[in-house]
Amino acid sequence: MKAAVVVFPGSNCDRDLATAFRAAGAEVAMVWHKDRTLPEGVDVVGLPGGFSFGDYLRCGAIAARSPVCAAVSDHAARGGYVLGVCNGFQILTETGILPGALMRNAGLKYVCRTVTLQVERTDSAFTRGYAAGQEVRVPIAHHDGNYAASPAELDMLEAEGRVAFRYADNPNGSARQIAGILSANRRVLGMMPHPERAADAALGGTDGAPLFAGLVATLAGQGVPA
Amino acid sequence: MDDGDARMKARVTVMLKDGVLDPQGEAIRHALGTLGFQGVAGVRQGKVIELDLDEGASEDKVAEMCERLLANTVIESYRVEMV
Repeated sequence: MKAAVVVFPGSNCDRDLATAFRAAGAEVAMVWHKDRTLPEGVDVVGLPGGFSFGDYLRCGAIAARSPVCAAVSDHAARGGYVLGVCNGFQILTETGILPGALMRNAGLKYVCRTVTLQVERTDSAFTRGYAAGQEVRVPIAHHDGNYAASPAELDMLEAEGRVAFRYADNPNGSARQIAGILSANRRVLGMMPHPERAADAALGGTDGAPLFAGLVATLAGQGVPA
Repeated sequence: MDDGDARMKARVTVMLKDGVLDPQGEAIRHALGTLGFQGVAGVRQGKVIELDLDEGASEDKVAEMCERLLANTVIESYRVEMV
């Protein structure tokens, strides 16, 4: 299974994400934001956390218009898998691959702590390693993680079962306590919490590891349509 | 100015859409109250982006820039003034 992790100027979780993918058994290539194509045979693209382009204009706004993101959009449109974490989630909403937007935290403060999430769905490659309703502990570290979408979009996400993770105790004002959402085909996941920072016992927790393991298990037996 | 380098400016104002909660505006309103300013019923914070453009640039082109980059129309509205 091949993963590509995109590196933007200001990304700071790219190597953590690559390490988590490798630990789960994936082969990982790092991709620069100016690249116009993804490496041959990539199954999943990881958009890492950080402060791409200094969060100028809006978090993820400049990154979403970078050359590589056109390739990521094409990959997603072909049914390819994409995982966007934190700034990566912001980039996914800015590209329009996922609906909604991430606004300034309701409390206006940068929040950096480990939070409890509820796993809402287990019918995706990302969440198959969890039990429905399972509570997991995963770190968050963001200033703009307040998920917003129109009431109609929120209703659609709920009706289609696309809310993957919810905060047990809302840290940022997110609508309906949403921490992570899936695309309609369930192959794109955007989430503000950092599963890659909870994928090694030496770093304080392993509740994020099943996400990577589930993805690798799914993709080991199934390529992405050309 | 009648030289060949005539420029135009556009001023783009980007605001959160009505109905989108603006926590920063709310914090400003609260701080104004703390300073003793009375009667501030609401505050909305946005941003102003000034573009220095070649002569002949159209408002439509600036609106396209807003749609594609300057505003996130999921949560923000924009207003273009050619000045």
